Amino acid sequence: MDELLKILQANATESRENIAKMLGIPVAEVNRRIADYEKSGIIRGYQALLNEDELDLDTVTAVIEVKVTPQREGGFNTIAERISRFPEVRSAYLMSGTYDLLLFVDGRNLREVAAFVSERLSPLEGVLSTSTHFMLKTYKRLGVLMHQETPDERLSVAP
Amino acid sequence: MNGSPSLRNRINGIVRDIPRSGIRDFFDIVSTMKDVISLGIGEPDFDTPWHVRESTVFALERGATHYTSNYGYLELRRALSRYVAKKFGAQYNPENEVLVTVGVSEALDLALRALINPGDEVLYHEPCYVSYRATILFAHGAPMSVETKAESGFRLTREMLEVKATPRTKVLMLNFPNNPTGAVMSRSDLEDIAAFVRERDLIVVTDEIYGELTYDAPHTSIVSLPGLRDRTIFLHGFSKAWAMTGFRLGYACGPADLIEAMMKIHQYTMLCASSMGQKAAIEALARPDTDIGEMVDEYRRRRNFLATSFAEMGIECHRPLGAFYAFPSVAKFGLKSKDFAIKLLNEEKVAAVPGTAFGDCGEGFIRCAYATNMENLKEAMVRLKRFIGRL
Repeated sequence: MDELLKILQANATESRENIAKMLGIPVAEVNRRIADYEKSGIIRGYQALLNEDELDLDTVTAVIEVKVTPQREGGFNTIAERISRFPEVRSAYLMSGTYDLLLFVDGRNLREVAAFVSERLSPLEGVLSTSTHFMLKTYKRLGVLMHQETPDERLSVAP
Repeated sequence: MNGSPSLRNRINGIVRDIPRSGIRDFFDIVSTMKDVISLGIGEPDFDTPWHVRESTVFALERGATHYTSNYGYLELRRALSRYVAKKFGAQYNPENEVLVTVGVSEALDLALRALINPGDEVLYHEPCYVSYRATILFAHGAPMSVETKAESGFRLTREMLEVKATPRTKVLMLNFPNNPTGAVMSRSDLEDIAAFVRERDLIVVTDEIYGELTYDAPHTSIVSLPGLRDRTIFLHGFSKAWAMTGFRLGYACGPADLIEAMMKIHQYTMLCASSMGQKAAIEALARPDTDIGEMVDEYRRRRNFLATSFAEMGIECHRPLGAFYAFPSVAKFGLKSKDFAIKLLNEEKVAAVPGTAFGDCGEGFIRCAYATNMENLKEAMVRLKRFIGRL
C-alpha cells in the first residue's frame, strides 16, 4: 500500500507539510496525490476514532449474523447493498462460513435493535434467518487499543 | 566525590582511570527535569512484538527457568544459524560456531578478552558506541581510534586504517550501521576494508546490532565477503530490530576455535544467557520480516522528517542511512557540543546527547535518536528551531 495512505490511516490530521517531510517529496505532490485518492473514491472520508465506552452514550451495538439467499442477477450484492442503506447499519461485510452477512448495528437500546431486526431486516425478501449478539465492551478498534497506554518506561537517556 | 582515598587506591588501575560514560553524566542531568522531549534514547520506542512477549510468558508457565547449555539452547542456535545465513550471508555450525550471550555487550567483551594479549592493538572507528574503548582497555588491549568524518558520511576507509595500523595491530572492530552517526558501509566500501584485513592478517569483530535497520539499501555484512567469515567474530542481538533491550539477548557467530575460547570465559563468568530470554528469541526469529518491516518503515519516515527539518533550519547533517540516529553538526553555532546540549535542554527541554560522549572527534555534533514517536519529533523540531533562532 502507498506509504502516504499508511500515514493518513494512522493519523488523518497529519499536516501536509509533515507528510511531505516524512516521504521526502514536495507538498504539492502530497496535495495532488491526496486529491486523486479522494476523487477516485479510495479515500472515502475522515473520521475521529472515539472511545465510545467513555462517552456514556447509553446506546447499544449489536453484531448480527444474517443468512440470505443470493439473487439470480446480483448474487449477494443486491441484498447486501439494500441492507447497508439502513442508517442503523454501521458496518456490513460478506462472510465465508455458516452465515453470509455480518452487520454492526447501532441503536438507542435493546428494544430499538430488536425492532430493527424484526420489522426491517427479517421481513426483507431473501433474508432467511438472523442471529443477534450485543456488544458489551470495546477493547480495540481499527488497530487502536481503547485502554490507556502504559507510560514510556525507558530511561530518558541511553547509550 | 566522596570516599576514602585508601580504598580508591586499591582499585585496579585500568578501572580507576576509565571515566564514567559521558552519556551517564548527561542522563543524571536530564533525569532531574520534567516534561523533557528526549532524543537521547538509544533504544526503540516500539514495544517488543506481542507474540514474543506472549510466548515468553508461556515459556515461564511451562518452566523454562533453568540453566541452559553454556552455548545456549540448541534450538535457538539452529534458528540463529539459519537467520544469519539468510540475512547476513555466512554459514555457521549451530553446534560449535554460535554462542548466545547476555546482549552484544557481553559478546563484545568475550570476543576481546578471548583475543587480546596485553598490549595488542585494537583498531576501532570513532565516533562510536560508548563502551568500545573501555571494553578494549578492560581486556588489556591498546585502543587505537580511527576518526571517521562527516564529509565522507562517517564511513571507514582503508587509508584511515593504514595510518593507524602497526605490526602490533591484531583486531579491527566495526560497527555499521553505526551508533551514533547512522553511517553504513556499502559492499565496495567493505571490500577495501576486507582486502586490508586479509593483507594484515587481522581478526575482525563486527557489531551489527543495527543490521536490519537500513533505509535506502539493504545491509551488507563483512562476513559475506570472500575469506572474511573465517577471520571474523560476528556479533548481533535482539535489542534493536525486535525492540527487546531489556531481555539482554545477544549472540556471537565465528570460527569454532574463537567461539570456544569465548565460551570458556562465558562459562566461568556468566554460565548462560537467561532461559526465558532465549525462549523469547526463538519466537522472535519465527517471523522476523513482519515484526521488523513495519518498524523500519516508520523509522524511515522519521529519518526523512528529521533530515528535511534540519535542512530547512540550515543545520548540516549527513544523511543517516541506518540505525535510528541522526548526527547533525552544531559547530557553526559557536558552542561546544556539551554546552549546546545543556543549553538546549535547559531552555527548550529537548535532550540530545553531545557528540563527545562517543569520542573526542564527536565535538561539534549532537546525536538525535529518532526512536521516539512522530509527535515528539515534530515538537522537538519546533523547539530546536526556536532555540537556534536565539543563538
